[in-house]
Parts: sequence; structure tokens; C-alpha cells
Amino acid sequence: MSFRSLLLTGGGLAALLVSIAVAVTIGPADISTGDVWASVAAHLGFGESGLAPLRDGIVWNLRMPRTLLAAVCGAGLAVCGAVMQSLLRNPLADPFVLGVSSGASTGAVAVVVLGVGGGAVSLSAGAFLGALLSFALVLLLSHTLGAGTDRVVLSGVAAMQLFSALTSFTVLTSADAETTRGVLFWLLGSLTGADWGQVLLCTAVLAVVLVVCLGYARTLDAFSFGDDAAAGLGVRVTRTRLILLCATALLTAALVSCAGAIGFVGLVLPHATRALTGSGHARLLPVTALTGAVFLVWVDTLARTVLDPQEVPVGVVTSLIGVPAFVVVLYRGRRRT
Amino acid sequence: MSSLNADDVVRRLGDKVVVDGVTLTLRPGETIGLLGPNGSGKSTLLRLLAGVLAPTSGVVTLDGRPLAEVGRRATARRVATVEQHADTQTELTVRDVVALGRIPYRRAWTPPTTADAEAVTEALARTGLADRSGQSWHTLSGGERQRTQIARALAQQPRELLLDEPTNHLDIQHQLDLLELISGLPVTTVIALHDLNLAAMYCDRLLVLREGRAVTEGTPAEVLTPALVEQVYGVRTEVTHDPGHPVIRFLRPSTRDGSPLERSVRNDASTAP
Repeated sequence: MSFRSLLLTGGGLAALLVSIAVAVTIGPADISTGDVWASVAAHLGFGESGLAPLRDGIVWNLRMPRTLLAAVCGAGLAVCGAVMQSLLRNPLADPFVLGVSSGASTGAVAVVVLGVGGGAVSLSAGAFLGALLSFALVLLLSHTLGAGTDRVVLSGVAAMQLFSALTSFTVLTSADAETTRGVLFWLLGSLTGADWGQVLLCTAVLAVVLVVCLGYARTLDAFSFGDDAAAGLGVRVTRTRLILLCATALLTAALVSCAGAIGFVGLVLPHATRALTGSGHARLLPVTALTGAVFLVWVDTLARTVLDPQEVPVGVVTSLIGVPAFVVVLYRGRRRT
Repeated sequence: MSSLNADDVVRRLGDKVVVDGVTLTLRPGETIGLLGPNGSGKSTLLRLLAGVLAPTSGVVTLDGRPLAEVGRRATARRVATVEQHADTQTELTVRDVVALGRIPYRRAWTPPTTADAEAVTEALARTGLADRSGQSWHTLSGGERQRTQIARALAQQPRELLLDEPTNHLDIQHQLDLLELISGLPVTTVIALHDLNLAAMYCDRLLVLREGRAVTEGTPAEVLTPALVEQVYGVRTEVTHDPGHPVIRFLRPSTRDGSPLERSVRNDASTAP
């Protein structure tokens, strides 16, 4: 590993740890920074916190899982976006380009509004199943239309429209005002209600998918001049694309089922990170995982504090902050070339 | 001894037969030119030879083994391809592009080795790009881009190099530069070309395709006759024989309705005093 890679990865990791450590101390409950850290340390097996159980619970069972889920979601979405953009040779690709998020919404709405599963299925499980269903539809469609990156993207757009329509139809015809509000909040992307189970699930899926994608890092580089060029470099194009699409869809489905469709991170963070790392995936993927994680930890902190005691859906804040930042990145890129 | 062989290969696309029973044997070190009008199957034949496409029937072999058996990665370490036009939206330096040629040698989860770095440096030097290695691909001219693609192909350390009209978008100086570079490489080369004179100058042997079939094969002097060019391309030529290779001069097409000579007769008359 080169010095530059080491510096970027090490720096990113340090930034992430500091961000998490600071973000857990911020919140509406008035708990001092020292108490928060003592509580976290106690749960990690270092000493006693001496904090009342209620306040201890706020730190360890509310703030900590939420902050960690933000980090995992940010990392996962950024990695999925980077992989999709290279694999589909489309700078506008993001983790949701294959309709995964729309499928998840339909699944979630089916459970919450229509009561599918009779209460035995949670919103997350419904969303996960919906996401996989939509992805399967996209694969089937793009296979029927004949492989090729544009066919995959078009199939994704078709699935996205279909499932959005189904979601809107269900919500408008069957939901009451209260449910609509809840569903809308989730649709926009929100980390409210994060728990340790979600953190563990998403972390495990992220770890597996990240290892797989890193194994394919040089293969992803081979796609920069198109499918034929990749094939000429010894890549089995169809097989590679299928494996990576499935891996990223699985990760996206897991993240969306826990936190809704948090937009923008997967589209923009990979582009911003390429400005730091260059486009080689062996360096890009780990660094963009870290930038995505840091970004979402801070955005979520802002989302839950800026209108305190009201909360803004984190997906709204990612876009409000992300768009100006993105314009700056694009503008600097324009001047450089 | 032969290296890469196509034996009676057929490739269908729907109802259309794009390559129809072509047999080609490469002798080590030679440069073979593929000639034929647009749509005659040159590109498809090259893709079959590279193993990027599988033949509908017939077989392409490398050292006697079918490409399907050799495998994609192993094939890519032997046979490198340069397409007529390569483009990317990714921000890459010249060295990044050339390093892509090492992908068939690299292993998962492992950074490039010193052997990889050496092969890239050597390929850059061989193509005269050593001082350009840090330059962005997007700032290169057409000729430099093709040169970079050839360097990438050389980084694959191939014994067979396949080029699909690599000089297509270049001005004449860069066409000659590029062909000079290619003909000096220590590899067996198959190159699809449009320009008959360049083919005559730089190729040891020519294979002429028309509607997917091989029309003829032989040295430039054997192949490039007025009769053959008229049969394949539908144009009239005069062929003179320079020392070493034939020179083709194109004649203006005949008028639509009339005899082939009418126009040149009239031209002669008008220039007569």
C-alpha cells in the first residue's frame, strides 16, 4: 500500500472515530461530555460510569446505535454508489438506480398501511423483501432486453417508476394522516429508531460486501473503457456485473430497510472522493466508505439537533447540505481541467 | 508452427451471418492486414480472435487449445486488442491507462507488484510516452490516445496483438507514425485497415473479407490487383509496383448511367489544347 493510500485511509479512520466520539455527546438530553464518554467506556469494559440507568440508556441505547448506524449507512451507500457508477459507466448512477429503494418503500408501505403479514412482519423486513423483489424484476427485465449497461439503467428506471406509483397509490387510497406522516418520514430517509440489532445487521452485510468489492477493485478499473475493453483484459463481464450488482443490491436493501432511502450520499460522495484518491478502486472504495461514514454522522447530528425538539429527516438534510458542496466540487473540477 | 488460429469460424447475429467460415493461421512475427469494406466482418473476426466473442460454429485456438478452454485471463496475457476508438469518462493519467494492461496478471486484494510497474514503464518507453506518464488522458490528442492504448496492450506482454482500424481518426502523419511503431513491435500482429496503400506498405500478408467471407489471402502484391479491388470495394484502380510493395491509385467513379470510361474521356477532352 502506498504512502498516500495509508495517509488517506488512516486519516479517514481517525476522522471517523473523532466524529463518532463527538457526535454521541450531542443531543437534547443534558448529559455532560465526560459522562457520555464514561458511559461508553463502561459498556466497552473500561471502569464504571456511575450514570443513572435512564441517562445511561440514552447514551448507549439511543445515541450510540444511531450514530453508528449513520456511519454504516454512509459508508455502505458511498461504496454502492462508487461501484454502480463504474460498473454502469454512468456518473449519475447511485445505489437506488436499480429501483431498490422504491421496492423497499412499496414493501414497507404494504406492511404498515395494508397490514400485509398480519403484524408478524416488521417494516424493515417488508422493506427488505420489497427491495429484493424490485431488484429481481430489474435483473429479469434487463436480461430480457439484452444485457448492456444502458438496458440495466433503463430497467431500473422502469422499476423505480412502477414501485413509486404503487407506493403513492397505496398511501393515497388507504392510509390515514398519521400513518402517511410516519411513512413519509421513513421514505425521505431517517435514522430515528436505530437499534443495536440494525447496527449489527448492517455492519455485517457492509463488511462482507466491502470485502467482495475490494476483491473486484482491479476488475472495476478494467471497465473504464467499456465492456469490450474489460473483456479484452480478461474480465468475464456478465458474471462480474451480476455478482457486483447482487452484492450492492443486497447491501442497499439492508441499509434502506433500516433507514429508508437516504439520498445523495451514494451519488455525490464517490465523486467528491475521487478528487482525493484518483479513480483506482483499490484506493477509492475504502476511502469513500470513510468519507461517506463521516459525512452521514455529521449530517444526522445536524438533522436531530437543528430544529430541536423537532427532527428533520436526514435525507432532506443530506441534499440541502450536499448540493452546494457538490457544486463546489464540480466547479473546482472544471477549473482544474 | 502457429500461435493463434481461426478454423472455419462462423458468427451469426440474429439472421445475419457476420463472419462466414473464415480460416486464418498466424505465423509468429508477421503482420497480417484485414481488408474489406464496412460491414465485411473485420471487427467481428478480430473480436472472435480475441475471444471476446464466441464463434457460433468453428473454433479459435491458441497454441492448439480452444480459447474457451484457455480461459479469459490466460488469453488476455497472450492476446491484446486495440480498438479503433477508446474513450472513458473516468479521470485517468496515461500511466493509469497503461497499467490497465496488467489486470490479467493481478490477483485479488493484492497491490501491483514490481513486475507490473516494470512492464508499464517499459511499455511507456517503447511507445515514446515516458515523459507523458502523468498527463491526463483527456488532454491527449487522437494520435497520443491510440499510442497510449498500444502501450496498454504492450503492458499485457502479448505475443499476438489485434488492432481494429487504429489509424481511423488520425491525420496522415500520425497514421504513418503509428503504423511505423506497430510494425517495429516484436509481436504477431493482425490489423484491420481501410487504407489499401498503408496495408500494402506495412503488412506481410493480407486477408480480404467481403460479406463475412474470405475472398483471398496472400502477399500485398498477390492480393491487391485492380480486379480484386473492383470486386470487393466496387471501385476502379490502377496498381503500379514499387520496389517492395504495390501502389494503388484510385480512379474517379463512372457516371451512374454510363460506361466506366465516359467521364475520364470527357476530362481528357477538356484538358486537351
